[in-house]
Amino acid sequence: MAKTTLALNRRGFVKAGVGLLAMTVMPSGLIVGNAWAQMPRSAKPDTFAALVQMSRDCYPHEAVADSYYANAVSVLDEAARSSEADLALLEDGVAELDAAAREKGGTDYKSLPDEADRVAILEAMGEADPFFQKVRSNLVVGLYNQKELWPIFGYEGASADQGGYIDRGFDDIDWV
Amino acid sequence: MPAPYDLNDDSVVVIVGSGAGGGTLGTQLALKGIDTVILEAGSRHETWDFINDEWDSFAQLAWKDKRRTSGDWRVSKDFPNLPAWIVKSVGGSTVHWAGASLRFQEHEFKTKTHYGELADANLLDWPIDLTEMEPWYAMAEDRMGVTRTNGIPGLPGNNNFKVMEAGAKKIGYKEVHTGRMAINSEPRDDRGSCLQIGFCFQGCKSGAKWSTLVAEIPKGEATGKLEVRPDCMVLKIEHNDAGKVTGVVYADKEGRMQRQKARMIAVAGNSIESPRLLLNSASSKFPDGLANSSGQVGRNYMRHTTGSVYGIFEKPVHMYRGTTMAGIIRDEAKHDPSRGFVGGYEFETLSLGLPFMAAFLDPGKWGRDFSSAMDGYANMAGMWIVGEDMPRADNRVTLSDEKDEHGMPIPDVHFDDHENDTAMRNHAYKQGAAIYDAVGAVRTIETPPYPSTHNLGTNRMSEKPEDGVVNRFGQAHDISNLFVSDGSQFTTGAAENPTLTIVALALRQADHIAGRMAKGEL
Ligand SMILES: Cc1cc2nc3c(=O)[nH]c(=O)nc-3n(C[C@H](O)[C@H](O)[C@H](O)COP(=O)(O)OP(=O)(O)OC[C@H]3O[C@@H](n4cnc5c(N)ncnc54)[C@H](O)[C@@H]3O)c2cc1C
Ligand code: SF4
Repeated sequence: MAKTTLALNRRGFVKAGVGLLAMTVMPSGLIVGNAWAQMPRSAKPDTFAALVQMSRDCYPHEAVADSYYANAVSVLDEAARSSEADLALLEDGVAELDAAAREKGGTDYKSLPDEADRVAILEAMGEADPFFQKVRSNLVVGLYNQKELWPIFGYEGASADQGGYIDRGFDDIDWV
Repeated sequence: MPAPYDLNDDSVVVIVGSGAGGGTLGTQLALKGIDTVILEAGSRHETWDFINDEWDSFAQLAWKDKRRTSGDWRVSKDFPNLPAWIVKSVGGSTVHWAGASLRFQEHEFKTKTHYGELADANLLDWPIDLTEMEPWYAMAEDRMGVTRTNGIPGLPGNNNFKVMEAGAKKIGYKEVHTGRMAINSEPRDDRGSCLQIGFCFQGCKSGAKWSTLVAEIPKGEATGKLEVRPDCMVLKIEHNDAGKVTGVVYADKEGRMQRQKARMIAVAGNSIESPRLLLNSASSKFPDGLANSSGQVGRNYMRHTTGSVYGIFEKPVHMYRGTTMAGIIRDEAKHDPSRGFVGGYEFETLSLGLPFMAAFLDPGKWGRDFSSAMDGYANMAGMWIVGEDMPRADNRVTLSDEKDEHGMPIPDVHFDDHENDTAMRNHAYKQGAAIYDAVGAVRTIETPPYPSTHNLGTNRMSEKPEDGVVNRFGQAHDISNLFVSDGSQFTTGAAENPTLTIVALALRQADHIAGRMAKGEL
C-alpha cells in the first residue's frame, strides 16, 4: 500500500519538479543539487517512503504536500548513489526506526498510525545520532528552500525584479 | 582608471582586504595621491550580480573557507565551522551589511574607567575619545550618507518597524525611530534611493545602500592611484632585518604564489583573518607573530552580545518587505548597572527570509513546536539585540593544526560568554518579548545569536605597547610601517554597530599616514 502511494507521489513531484531548485552549500558543508528530476532510486522504495514520513515528523506542516518532503529526501537519496557509506547510513537508520516500531506493535515506522508514537521513536534515537542528524539537517535547506513552497508560508521571495516593495505594501498593515 | 602596479614596485602601500576598513583606507589614500594596491581574497561581484535569494547569495558572497570553533557559545555547537557570517568579495562585509550607522557614546571609549574592574574581563580604555573622533564621525556620516545626519531624512518605516515602534511606545520607550542608516532615503552621491527591496543582507540591487564596493572603491580607482586586485589571498607578511615590513606573499586566482613589494602594509581582513595573518607571519625575529610582543594578537575577540526576538501575531506583518534594519530603540543603550550588567544594548528591526529563518530560528530544533512557529512566518515581526560584550583574554583567534588549500593554518575561534553578556541578553530577551506582548503577540520566540556578523578586538588599540597591538592611529606598536585598519583595532566593542566607527578610524588613519609620508617619516 505504502509503495503505491509513494509511486504516485514521486511521479507527481517529478512532473511538477523539473528544475525546481538551485541548491547551494549549507553551513554544514553538505552540497545538494537539483537532482530529483532524474528519479533517483538509490535507497529501497520502503526506505525512501520511511524517510519521507520521518521528514514530515521532523517538520510537520499540514499545508505542505508529501511531494515537497519527497523532494528533500531525494537530495539525500541522490547523494547516497555515489557513497556506499551514505546509503548504509540511510538503510540502517530506517531499519532501526522499523525495529523500534515493531517493539511498539507496528509493522514498520512509516505505518505507525500515531504521530506521537513515531516522534517518540525519533526522540529515543536522539538528536546526536548521525542518521537523524543527516536527515534533519538536510531538511533545513532541502525542505524550506523550495521556492514553490514559499507561498504556503506567505513568503514572497525575490523582489528586485518587481521593483521592490516600495509600491507593493512594505508599510501596508493597519492593525497596530 | 584602475592602475596596475608592478609586483616589484616597492613604493606602493599594500592593503589586505577591501571591506569597511580596507576599502575606505585605500580609497582615501588614492584620493590623497598615494599609490595603493588592495589585495582582496574574494572575487568582484557588482550590483547587478547580486541575487535576491538567501542561500544562493550566501554561496556567492559569504566567507565559506573552513574555520574551527571552540568554547561555550552555541554557535560552536550548531555551526562548528562557521563562527562568522561575513563576506569574501570586493567590498567585504559592507556588501552584506544592513547599514545601521551609530556613533559610540562618550563612556564607551573609556570602559575601564566607567565600568571599573570586572572579574574575567580584560577591559581597557581606548587611547582616543569621543571629542577626538567627532570630526571623523561627521566626515564618515557625510561620506556614507547616513540618514538623520547632514539634513538627510530618515527612511520610511516598514511593517516590521510599525509593530516594533507601537510596542516600544506602549511599554514606555522614547527613543524609537527608523534609524541612522547608510542607505539613501533620497538620491545622493550618484546613487538612487531605497526601493524597499528587502534583501539588504544579500547585496543591495538598487545601489541605495553604501558599501565600499559601490561608493568608495570606484572613486579611488578613478584617481588612477588605486588598484584593487581580486582573488588574491594574502598568506604572509614579510619583513627585513631592520624589522620593517617589505611585502606580502599571496595566492592568486590560479593558486600561484606571488610576492607584492610594499613601502607600508595595512591589514584589514576582518577580526578573524587579520590576526590569523599576523600570527602566520611569525619569523625568527618575531617568533610569536608580527606585532605581537604584547601577546595580544588574536585575543579579546568580541562579537557583541546578540540575540533576536520574534513575535507572532494574529494578523500579517510580512516583515521581510522593505529595509531589513531601518528601525531602532535606543533607550537601553545607556550604561546603567542597576539593570544587573554594565554597558548597554540596542534593539534593531531584523527580518530573515523563510530559508534563513528555518536555519537560524532555533538551530537543530524540530517537531511541532518548531514547525508551528514557521507556520506563523507571515505574521511574524523580528528584532535584533546588539549590545556591548566584554573583552576576555581567552576569547581568541588561534592557528589550528589543520591547513587550508594554500598550506595556511585554519583559524580556531574560541568564545565563552561572560556573565555580563548573559545577564544583558536575558534582560533584552525579556524587554523584547514585552514589546511584542504589548501589541498582542500570540507567541514570542527567543532566538540565539547567529554566526557573528560583528567581529572585533583581536588587534586591540592601546596607549601602552604592553597592553595591545596598535597605537592610537592603528599603527603597530612594534613595526612602524605596519597598520591595522579594520574592526580588529577596537579596544572594546560598545553597544553600537561597528562600521561607522571602522570607517571613521580609516579616514583618520589615511590622514595620519598621508601626513607622515609628506614629512618623510613613513
Ligand atoms: C549580514 C550582516 C549585516 C551587518 N549589518 C551591519 C550594520 O547594520 N551596521 C554595522 O555597523 N555593521 C553591520 N555589519 C558588520 C559590518 O559588515 C562589519 O563590521 C564591517 O564590514 C567590518 O569591516 P572590516 O573592514 O573589519 O572587514 P570586512 O568588511 O569583512 O572586510 C574584510 C575583507 O578582507 C578580505 N580578506 C580577509 N582576509 C584576507 C586575506 N588574507 N587576503 C586578502 N583579503 C582578505 C575579506 O575577503 C573581506 O573582503 C553587518 C555584517 C553582516 C554580515
Ligand atoms: S531595502 Fe533598500 S537598501 Fe535594502 S536592499 Fe533594498 S533598496 Fe537596497
